[in-house]
Amino acid sequence: MTAEEKTLDIWVAGTEEPEFSPTDEGEQEFSDSESEDRLADQYGRVIDDDYVFDDEVADDERMVVNMGPQHPSTHGVLRLQLEMEGEVIRRTKPIIGYLHTGMEKTAEQLTFSQGPTNVTRMDYLAPLHGELAYSLAVERLLDVEVPPRAAAIRILMTELNRVSSHLVALATNGMDIGALSMMIYGFRERESILAFFEKTTGLRMNHNFIRPGGVAADLPPGWKDDVSAILKDMPERMEQYDDLLRNNPIWLARTEGVGVITAEEATAYSITGPALRATGVDWDIRKAFPYSGIDQYEFDVPVGENGDVYDRYRVRVEEMHESLKIVEQVMDSMPKGDYRVGDRKITPPPRARIDESMEALIHHFKLFTEGFKVPAGETYVAVESPRGELGCYLVSDGNATPYRMHTRAPSFYNLQALPIAMGDSLVADTIATIASMDPVMGDVDR
Amino acid sequence: MGWVEWGVVVLRVLLVFVLLLGATIINVWAERKIVADMQSRIGPKRAGPWGILQTVADGLKLFFKESVTPRKVELGAYLLAPFLAVIPAFLIFMVIPFGAPFMIGDTEIALQGADLNAGLLFILAMSSMAVYAVVLAGWSSGSKYPLIGGVRATAQAISYEAAMGLAMVAVVMFTATQGPGGTLSLSEIVARQDGTWLGFIPQWNVFPQIVAFVIFMIAIVAETNRAPFDLVEAEQEIVGGFHTEYSGMRFAMFFLAEYINIFSMSALAATLFLGGWNGPTWEGTVPAFVSAILPTVWFLLKTYFIVFIFFWIRATLPRLRYDQLMSIGWKRLIPAALAWIVLSAISIGVRQFGLPWS
Repeated sequence: MTAEEKTLDIWVAGTEEPEFSPTDEGEQEFSDSESEDRLADQYGRVIDDDYVFDDEVADDERMVVNMGPQHPSTHGVLRLQLEMEGEVIRRTKPIIGYLHTGMEKTAEQLTFSQGPTNVTRMDYLAPLHGELAYSLAVERLLDVEVPPRAAAIRILMTELNRVSSHLVALATNGMDIGALSMMIYGFRERESILAFFEKTTGLRMNHNFIRPGGVAADLPPGWKDDVSAILKDMPERMEQYDDLLRNNPIWLARTEGVGVITAEEATAYSITGPALRATGVDWDIRKAFPYSGIDQYEFDVPVGENGDVYDRYRVRVEEMHESLKIVEQVMDSMPKGDYRVGDRKITPPPRARIDESMEALIHHFKLFTEGFKVPAGETYVAVESPRGELGCYLVSDGNATPYRMHTRAPSFYNLQALPIAMGDSLVADTIATIASMDPVMGDVDR
Repeated sequence: MGWVEWGVVVLRVLLVFVLLLGATIINVWAERKIVADMQSRIGPKRAGPWGILQTVADGLKLFFKESVTPRKVELGAYLLAPFLAVIPAFLIFMVIPFGAPFMIGDTEIALQGADLNAGLLFILAMSSMAVYAVVLAGWSSGSKYPLIGGVRATAQAISYEAAMGLAMVAVVMFTATQGPGGTLSLSEIVARQDGTWLGFIPQWNVFPQIVAFVIFMIAIVAETNRAPFDLVEAEQEIVGGFHTEYSGMRFAMFFLAEYINIFSMSALAATLFLGGWNGPTWEGTVPAFVSAILPTVWFLLKTYFIVFIFFWIRATLPRLRYDQLMSIGWKRLIPAALAWIVLSAISIGVRQFGLPWS
């Protein structure tokens, strides 16, 4: 047998013509306009990008694996095309868009007061941050200042949200590396925070709580006890996690020196959040552009050194401690007063007033049919979401709906750096790296 | 051989078969309950008392499910692989004695599927066979994740089989000093762990062979593809590994094989290191049938102690990476096992023949 014939005998993934349609619904006709290359790319047999590849290995030693969009640990519907030589990944191409629902376009149809229902569904692990960024942008266009109590409630809720989001990050990071118990523990602790959110906002996620002009409702009676219970339990529990993970040689071996991103690469790819701070860059929107009076509270910005999976994990854990510190300060110094602005052109009147006052009824009617009009102009406001800089770019043409709304989604930018973070890594490292970037696909695709 | 002897053989084989199936039902349930408890969950509780029938319900469900055959499979190997997984798993336990032999009339009935005089070699052979199932399943599925899983299985099995075998060698060498000549028969190895040292330390191999025990424990966890060495079926990395394309009863057979392997490897560890069915029977002070059953109880207790360690490890440790797995196998375990063999050989030699200069 000649060498040529030999190679034909070996079945190598992706070399043969597809004999059947990729779906199991019978033969499918593909439009002629799609070229062969494009089809191969769609099938996932080749990776089509502008990456220059040093071609020393024969083609049949490489295998293109499509990890996702249905894969247990791609955190939703992320699809990665991996070019592998055995276990080693030579090339990675993240493909997104499987969760794209056109939320930015939807925002143009919704009034400014309906807007938070939309943005809260983008980053579903940190819904309050999305609402906050949107509300701050609207308020800046309106040029209104929320009462100090509203600002304090916003900080309280968003910092608790940061803790709950980081808990999910720890949980999924643990599970993706194989520490199954960590997953359950993370979600168990998150539950106590979600219970408080449910009590305050009525919902466990997609709260629609922070709205232009303040917040939807005042804190419920007895909120101090709930928050103190969270503040008391959480540090103890986090110490236990350190026992489980930080003092575990396997965990260290799996995370240290894996998925390294340097500070230069991180800034070049405009990575933000814990992934950036893990590289040693001290950059936090809360310090750089303080919002909602967060500058009056004392907290540190933890930074890492190496920018590897372990540092990202450490930065998250430290951030949770810092957030709890902020929550404690907010709790102790919660100002008295109204929880939303008194301007009835922006916020609806109290329910009781509608029965008494014609003015209040008219305001209520106008707000919920037409919405309030916002002066023409454009603005960009960013907040520090658990994943990084979450910005809201808002253009108003003077109507009750935005002319354009764009969200700077931190997950989207962080995800771009996956190929450089992976380098020539193993399959297992890929999973650890994805988990440590903590992408939320709802945030990426919007 | 008369028909009585044949009947006894068939009975013994059936007994082992039923014991293994029963143990698997208990094991799967116990794992779910124990791990659930460690993770502050409840675990199965609806099917039967304490959810003990959950495994039966799951088994029935899998039995009635369609076994999907993807189009790109190599059909022969694909269909063969589940059987290749289950059969060696059952056969391993056949040579392990799970109770003291007892007499019915003149016939001595050993509580053991078969007392092979090369029992340990048989176990090594059978546990190597089990790897073929994984490799064939991975390769014949015609899918990429199973292929990666199959390749991982090959490397892992070769590495840890060596460490396991070397740990066994140390035990066999030590056992040879405990009686007339060396033996590979498991019933003989158990019999030689009877008695005590200094009146209170049971004469189990685990005490003089503690290093071999540790190496053996690590190796059997890897050999059965359990966490933290479950790279072959690492769900987070390669979806399901070798059994990604299997469904229904074929998947159930892999599942069954995994749990039988856990049980028989734990039984083997108990036999080699923890004295097998040895233990106080209090003959005379308790009714005769109690002292007849007690050895089996001791055996099961020791086995389940090791099975519990399996579950405990799974709930605690993260998974190792492929290269770390290899380096632990080749750079730590095998050199340690070799060094331990040399050390125990020297100590045995000194005890048998005195110091070389005397």
